[in-house]
Amino acid sequence: MMLIPCPWCGPRNETEFHYGGQAGVACPKDPYAASDAEWAAFLFFRDNPKGVFTERWMHRSGCRRWFDLRRDTATNEIHTGAHEDQERTVAV
Amino acid sequence: MAPRTPGADLPDHPDRLWRSADPKSSYDVVIVGGGGHGLATAYYLAVNHGITNIAVLERGWLAGGNMARNTTIIRSNYLWDESAGLYEHALKLWEGLEDELDYPLLFSQRGVLNLAHSLQEVRDGVRRVGANRLNGVDAEWLDTDQVAEACPILNTSPDLRYPVLGATWQPRAGIAKHDHVAWGFARALDLLGVDLVEGCEVTGFERIGDRVIGVETTRGPIRAGRVALAAAGHTSVLADTLGLRLPLQSHPLQALVSELLEPVHPTVVMSNAVHVYVSQAHKGELVLGAGIDAYNSYGQRGAFHTIERELAAAVELFPMFARAHVVRTWGGVVDVTPDASAVMGRTPFEGLYVNCGWGTGGFKATPGVGWCFAHTIANDEPHPLNAPFGLERFTTGALIDEHGAAGVAH
Amino acid sequence: MSGPFRLAEGGRIDRDRPVAFRFDGRDLQGFAGDTLASALLAQGVHQVATGIRYGRPRGVLSAGAEEPNALVQIEKPFPEPMLTATTVELRDGLEASGLPGQGRLSPDPDPARYDAVHEHCDVLVVGAGPAGLSAALAAARSGARVVVADADTEFGGGLLGSGELLDHAPAMEWVERARAELARRAEVRLLPRTTVTGHYDANYLVAVEDRGPDAFTRQRTWHIRAHEVVLATGAHERPLVFADNDRPGTMLAGAARTYLHRYAVLPGRRAVVFTTDDGAYPAALDLSGAGVEIAAVVDARPEAPPFWAKRCAEQGIPVRTGHAVVGTDGGERVTGARLAAFDPDTGALGPEEHHDCDLLLVSGGWNPAVHLYSQARGPLAYDEAAGAFLPSGSVPGVHPAGAAAGLRTTAQCLSSGAVAGVQAASRLGLEATAAPRPETDPHPVPKGRPLWRVPDPDPEAPGRRQFVDLARDATVADVGKAVGAGLTSVEHIKRFTTIGTGHDQGRTSGTVSSGIIAGLLGADLSEVGTTTFRAPYSPVSFAALAGRERGDLYDPIRVTAMHDWHVAQGAPFENVGQWKRPWYYPQPGEDMEAAVLRECRAVRTGVGMQDVSTLGKIDVQGPDAAAFLDLVYTNMMSTLKLGRIRYGLMCTADGMVFDDGTVMRTGENRYLLSTTSGGAAGVLEHLEDWLQTEWTHLRVHLTSVTEQWATIALAGPRSREVLERACTGIDLDNADFPFMSWRNGTIAGRRARVCRISFSGELAFEINVPWWHGRQVWEALYAAGEPFGITPYGTETMHVLRAEKGFPIVGQDTDGTVTPQDLGMGWAVSKKKADFVGARSFSRPDNVRTDRKQLVGLIPAAGEGVLPEGTQIVEARVLPEPPVPMLGHVTSSYRSAALGTPFALALVKGGRDRIGQTVYGHVGDRLVPVEITDPVFYDKEGARRDG
Repeated sequence: MMLIPCPWCGPRNETEFHYGGQAGVACPKDPYAASDAEWAAFLFFRDNPKGVFTERWMHRSGCRRWFDLRRDTATNEIHTGAHEDQERTVAV
Repeated sequence: MAPRTPGADLPDHPDRLWRSADPKSSYDVVIVGGGGHGLATAYYLAVNHGITNIAVLERGWLAGGNMARNTTIIRSNYLWDESAGLYEHALKLWEGLEDELDYPLLFSQRGVLNLAHSLQEVRDGVRRVGANRLNGVDAEWLDTDQVAEACPILNTSPDLRYPVLGATWQPRAGIAKHDHVAWGFARALDLLGVDLVEGCEVTGFERIGDRVIGVETTRGPIRAGRVALAAAGHTSVLADTLGLRLPLQSHPLQALVSELLEPVHPTVVMSNAVHVYVSQAHKGELVLGAGIDAYNSYGQRGAFHTIERELAAAVELFPMFARAHVVRTWGGVVDVTPDASAVMGRTPFEGLYVNCGWGTGGFKATPGVGWCFAHTIANDEPHPLNAPFGLERFTTGALIDEHGAAGVAH
Repeated sequence: MSGPFRLAEGGRIDRDRPVAFRFDGRDLQGFAGDTLASALLAQGVHQVATGIRYGRPRGVLSAGAEEPNALVQIEKPFPEPMLTATTVELRDGLEASGLPGQGRLSPDPDPARYDAVHEHCDVLVVGAGPAGLSAALAAARSGARVVVADADTEFGGGLLGSGELLDHAPAMEWVERARAELARRAEVRLLPRTTVTGHYDANYLVAVEDRGPDAFTRQRTWHIRAHEVVLATGAHERPLVFADNDRPGTMLAGAARTYLHRYAVLPGRRAVVFTTDDGAYPAALDLSGAGVEIAAVVDARPEAPPFWAKRCAEQGIPVRTGHAVVGTDGGERVTGARLAAFDPDTGALGPEEHHDCDLLLVSGGWNPAVHLYSQARGPLAYDEAAGAFLPSGSVPGVHPAGAAAGLRTTAQCLSSGAVAGVQAASRLGLEATAAPRPETDPHPVPKGRPLWRVPDPDPEAPGRRQFVDLARDATVADVGKAVGAGLTSVEHIKRFTTIGTGHDQGRTSGTVSSGIIAGLLGADLSEVGTTTFRAPYSPVSFAALAGRERGDLYDPIRVTAMHDWHVAQGAPFENVGQWKRPWYYPQPGEDMEAAVLRECRAVRTGVGMQDVSTLGKIDVQGPDAAAFLDLVYTNMMSTLKLGRIRYGLMCTADGMVFDDGTVMRTGENRYLLSTTSGGAAGVLEHLEDWLQTEWTHLRVHLTSVTEQWATIALAGPRSREVLERACTGIDLDNADFPFMSWRNGTIAGRRARVCRISFSGELAFEINVPWWHGRQVWEALYAAGEPFGITPYGTETMHVLRAEKGFPIVGQDTDGTVTPQDLGMGWAVSKKKADFVGARSFSRPDNVRTDRKQLVGLIPAAGEGVLPEGTQIVEARVLPEPPVPMLGHVTSSYRSAALGTPFALALVKGGRDRIGQTVYGHVGDRLVPVEITDPVFYDKEGARRDG
């Protein structure tokens, strides 16, 4: 049961969160300019490192905000720092 | 108290299994990963294709990864033609494997029930049974009363939170003893002169341009005519060293066993909605599993809430399990694809072949994988049964979406 | 009488509270404070069980959770399999029997309750022996919030059974003072009878509390998140491996001492003590002092420890150094031990001599209980001096202490516990100092010399076995066979021999088997290592971990505001996600088929009403709401005018249909979306994902309002008449209130938002009122409809009516592999928008195949019944040998009152081009001819929606 630091709510149990895999995978700006292979890369291919991984989590049972987290996939050790720099921006 | 000896009926192992080999400097084929798939692939390379100058490289102890950690369910009742073809081929091989390997694999065709708990699961079950039968896979649809007959200890009361509305039933499905399977292959390979190299981790590949000509290992470089990856959860780590991207995510998958119990559970029960799958192994222990943990991990351990939820499901479905005890829990690392189907075939690198993405379904496919992957390696082109399982499908969109059939880990 | 082997005084049993119990059919008596094992031993009962493979009699080896032998089945008060007699608390009415290795489950339902709680603390101390209590005191005095958990019924750990002194008084007096001080502190929680079973990420530990027969819940699972963890889990004494080392009466030396001091039980009258460790000497001396004749202390080492040798001499106990026990005699009880001179370096044995005894004490050194440390990813290292695997390295926030850290004396344990407590407190920023350590008995630190096995002088003798793992009946010969077969890894050998796979996970056999393996392989024990320490530390019942999540609490039940009305009408319910939805409303004598036909007829010819509150509802607000909706729906939403409603289809990024519903524009920058009942949560997450992580520039907020609105569908040609009677404030004619628009009105005095939406093709309205008023408005509409014969209908009728119109249900007529085009809903895919989720995927090669499966209608041949949903469709009139090519499958299938024939929807390869063709449904072993039709069966022109 990992203790996940939500940038909005503080550390909470893993069960409150939804996992979103690799962070920073942007949808191609012009999808129609992407080849089928490039589009497939966006849809289906994600990094899968053994070690530190920047990944997305969403605080489903709390603030419902997505945020990025750096975690070691071999040990589940969470590298704090990344989320603290993260802007807590909400478009209003 | 009369002395009884339950559990003494497990057959003895042979006097000779295998000798861990030191790696030679080159082989015709190097297989990376000494699990069930790697061993079976080497076996069929030797037996079907006459290639015996093979090394199977295992970073730890032979068959110590998912092969040692799975819940040993064997079935072939998959929805799509492509999957049914491959898994049914595997099941047919299972049916002759004890004789072929001359090893007691404890292959027990006690049938598997896949329960339906909603009207939609009933529709999906009927659909899958129909597809199975047309594909030559034995399958029946059972109503609730028939389910109760097949597994009397199951709670088929309508008062269940999600009552059992029926189930698919594959009589030829069952379980085997995983270690025996691995050791059966290993012993055969030892006799065939294949090198089983333990404690030898592959750290990279030797290549000339886009051609892979060998591997770098913790025990030195090894040249190879062809290199085949069968490293399950660690496939991505290896492929990364080549810059080869695969649509894989590695997740924890947990399992657990109870103490040894007098026989109560005659079959294998799997449930998606009340998420658990249960069988009773030969010595009498209940073997349980459920779904993967949600996050990526290579830690060979999962979170405890997954176990708790699984046991709630187990007691819900099997009230008599209330006072059984969890004796041991463990976790493996499974490589999951976006469509819950495997990837097997050639790669953009000449001389490099990949077999991965079996997620939670690898054990049951073991001999089928070995058969088809060996064919792929020997002929440099996929066997018709694994041709649909190439990487191209992610680009074309022709996925083999088995989430329905594979949604419960197995 | 509680037994001939019970001493007249002493022990921690309550002699005023005799406890009657039954074991293997014999009525016996013990005392409160006994375990089943101590009560049996007091009666002279040593054989408790039989071995699993060879059926040999087995006794009580230990006095705790490490017990490999004494397995019992509890029969009463409720059957429970495979407990160890050494941990079963003696309670009135207990009935148990010995087990031969397999337990038995009761077919009767377990009447007990179980629950779970969460606890957060600064310091969790696992184990309440001298180290744990010292740690807890140090931490608690610093002001930390402390939890102390110990598996035993009483705190004290090793002190419970050692009979030693602290500050010149019985050690248990110090234990009681420490316990009392901790109990007084508000920030301390004491959890006796609580086994910490596992350590998980970030110091999350799980413990199971046995709450006893009188508590409301029998067992409670504790989920403890601790900043710091002190592991004062003690150590387990190892037995020795020699021929026939399994006879009842063979017992760990420390256990015998515990039976003496804690339970006032003599485990025998005449004992041989076989040891390779100083720790057995106090046991021999204490037992001797209590009247047990010690035939010999047999020490395999060349020299006895002088301190203890002197004391033995003083008490007249013969010490035989350089000797080993090489065999035993007896059946159901050991009757004698055979000794021989022994050279531990060469293994050479001298001639045998026989000693009568009814008790054979063994001590092969100690294994620290490093399970939790190992689970916390703490590294272990083999320590040559200790002859054991000890915690090495460090894990932040985890502090091994006392015997668990490899320490041997009470003085060391007290000190190391205090240090651990101070360290834990200081990591929390608290100031802590260790209190002065109580004065202990002046014993030297015990030493040992590992001895993994004693050679068998006559290995060919029939039936002689040297047991390594008593729980699994695995022997030295088994290990030898595994090594002979070529195995070198401890994991392989464990699997070959099954060593360590028993209920006890090899607590007493693990290190010993590694030592034997190392010897056979000629390898270093540190390289051989151990197998993994897996949770749980002790077996835990399924029910305890299932907790309260059983029956109705297995998963939340969601019901609508009108639920009780449906129940009162006798409706059966369909589970849709977590919702309970009325399936149909049978009238007396009606079966489902009759009820559904009646309900359908009512909607097609009169008026019906359905509770559709379970549809998901998402309120979308913000200046960019319209732009956002254009991106998430396949069709254009930004052109939707205030007051109007539009059907919308959502795809995933790979272009597959994901959900559908309506979009209602409720304000300048505000929309209300509806989703499928089961898909609501997933849709919201999907939308939030794109909004927050991809289109961060969009100023939009999403709120789930599913449970804010109760929704009633009023459908049928007479629905307007019903509404006219019930609703004020809305001009209901078609011109003023056209299809796909909404108006605010009043029903039963409640503000209602009324929509003209139809899922049946009939004139229909959807009435939304605040959830709280749902039942009232429902009843008002029902009353208003009574003159028209208004008919409540359930999900089945709704399904039939929509299927007659060819409206697909996402999740039934789709399965995640179906595109809008496959559904024939290309009209809902905008060609004008630059992009939306899923758009790019429509042009992938597989999406533009012409033989994709498409949604079509099916009409079975005359005289055929309803096709089962899920039926596969084939082209061949006669089935060929498998594999048979399949065209697709039936997704929805019903009887139809309106059509007068059964009909179905199906996904069929190239289906739209096959309309008019006859294909076959594979039903059982029959092929049923079916005609492929357009999926719209009823009112193709859409003439009925305006009434």
